[in-house]
Amino acid sequence: MAEIPMREGYGKALAAYGAVNPNVIVLDADTSASTLTHFFAKQYPQRFYNIGIAEPCMIDMAVGLALGGKIPFANGFAALLALRALEQIRTCVAYARTNVKIAASYAGVSDFKDGPTHHSIMDIAIMRAMPQMTVIVPADANEAGAWVPVIAEYDGPVYLRISRAATLPVHQSSVTVQIGKGITLRDGGDVTIIAAGSMVGRSLLAADQLAARGLDARVLEMHTIKPIDAPLILQAAAETGAIVTAEEHTILGGLGGAVAEVLSLHHPVPLEMVGVHDTFTRTAPTTELLMDAFCMGVEDVTAAAERVIQRKR
Amino acid sequence: MYFHPDSQIIELQERARDLRLDSLEMIHRRQAGHPGGSLSAADIVAALFFHKMRIDPQNPEWPERDRFILSKGHASALLYAALAQSGYFPREDLRHWGDLDCHLQGHPDRLKTPGVNMTAGLLGHGVAVGVGIALAARMDGLPFHTYVLMGDGECQGGIVWEGAMAAAKYRLANLTAIVDFNNVQLDGTVQDILPLEPLADKWRACNWAVIEINGHDMRQILQALDTAGEIHDRPTVIIARTTKGKGVSFMENKSQWHGAAPNDAQLAQAIAEIKGARHHG
Ligand SMILES: Cc1ncc(C[n+]2csc(CCOP(=O)(O)OP(=O)(O)O)c2C)c(N)n1
Ligand SMILES: [Mg+2]
Repeated sequence: MAEIPMREGYGKALAAYGAVNPNVIVLDADTSASTLTHFFAKQYPQRFYNIGIAEPCMIDMAVGLALGGKIPFANGFAALLALRALEQIRTCVAYARTNVKIAASYAGVSDFKDGPTHHSIMDIAIMRAMPQMTVIVPADANEAGAWVPVIAEYDGPVYLRISRAATLPVHQSSVTVQIGKGITLRDGGDVTIIAAGSMVGRSLLAADQLAARGLDARVLEMHTIKPIDAPLILQAAAETGAIVTAEEHTILGGLGGAVAEVLSLHHPVPLEMVGVHDTFTRTAPTTELLMDAFCMGVEDVTAAAERVIQRKR
Repeated sequence: MYFHPDSQIIELQERARDLRLDSLEMIHRRQAGHPGGSLSAADIVAALFFHKMRIDPQNPEWPERDRFILSKGHASALLYAALAQSGYFPREDLRHWGDLDCHLQGHPDRLKTPGVNMTAGLLGHGVAVGVGIALAARMDGLPFHTYVLMGDGECQGGIVWEGAMAAAKYRLANLTAIVDFNNVQLDGTVQDILPLEPLADKWRACNWAVIEINGHDMRQILQALDTAGEIHDRPTVIIARTTKGKGVSFMENKSQWHGAAPNDAQLAQAIAEIKGARHHG
């Protein structure tokens, strides 16, 4: 499994899917060399619209294209789509339930060098609060590519969160994914780590380290944050009695929040959350360093697992 | 309009070259940053920081200081070089740009770096924020001027025009916007991505005074800034025709050099070209 950037897995899959589905239209906001929609643009220039540095306009244009029966993929930086174009997404995509696919690149802290303005650590919380919205967070490049046909063929708004970085590889290119169905990557009985995005690979490393300390951790990949796979979470709560969530996002309202809601409503067990602790981030020389510095290291996951096991009665 | 002796023009051209050299070395050291838009705006920034603006680097929060907002925040290397050369912080800091514990962020951060008046990075905020600053100055009877430096691609954002109309409504003569019109953005030429012309007419239609100049001609820059200061009934925009990557032959007019860092050999050539320009520029 080659470690290619997630955005490349997405961009190439989008170009490949362009051949399969002539209804797919791609829009970008002067960032096609960054989101890597330029692969699609090159192959299908007549189905590609670069509308300049105007993200809210791009979203509303995508809405119009969807009203015209097309399947628009609107691409840009997560921090701009989820924040600047938010009202367009709320009203014209989610509330009006138009068939727009929002591909939000440079998500999390993957744009380490451009700094906190470009980081997107609250987009999951925002998108998850929106009725009608499906929120997908792939773990690696192969999975990002696998989602392209799946979300194109699903009828409704989707927010697909794409990292700029090469996250730790988790899946083969043949991975199959299904909206709302989490994946059990490793079985275990002492604790369950529920992870999304780049934290999936890190959580598998954490599980290895925990095993060396005699602790048996289950690892679930919760790629669909909404609708969340409640049965899988509740089964893990019942069988392991302790949960850790791990995400490249603030611990407020994202994957951790979604899991906490399911647990506290249906089957309360001790929970620890790994993610950014309600603070803005900083600029750094690498994404990995940034994640370690902002409480998203492998050590943070193992420490959380040990804490939560202690809290079991 | 003031008289600008040749010696002053030459001195400021030298300062602009120093800013270009610092910017490129910073981007090279870090292997990250935005050379094209730093090189295109170097002459404008030199004119502002080393001549036009009333600032006191020893007292960065001086209430009467002129305000500079780098709305095209990705030219942060250029701003940091200008701040260091002005004396806001040690030049040594430039070597640590982007390190986890350095105050110099990828994009300007007003809470971390002395001399940065406003945080920026995602494009489009400068004019509207400038309107607020200029209104506050008027309310308090403070004599300072606010300068907002923008990209041309940035002008594609609707918020720019919302700010422009607000500035005109309040006749903010203490606000000057400068558009670095290098005709290149991230993905290609402005012409191809989203045409802006006739740009001067757009600003005029918003009731701004418009001055069009060659943004690499130091005398024209100084005269435009002088003229903007003499217009008392409306905000002014200086549309500065520039070359993205100015001074480095292989970077000029290339969107590929919007956000790419030079390698060792490319840096050496770039430095040689910029230094060489001193003798016949
Ligand atoms: C709102 C927004 N959209 C996208 C980006 C990503 N981006 C950074 S610089 C840039 C191009 C800017 O072009 P221009 O304004 O012409 O700047 P210059 O040529 O002076 O570098 C883009 C698209 C951003 N920073 N902000
Ligand atoms: Mg430009």
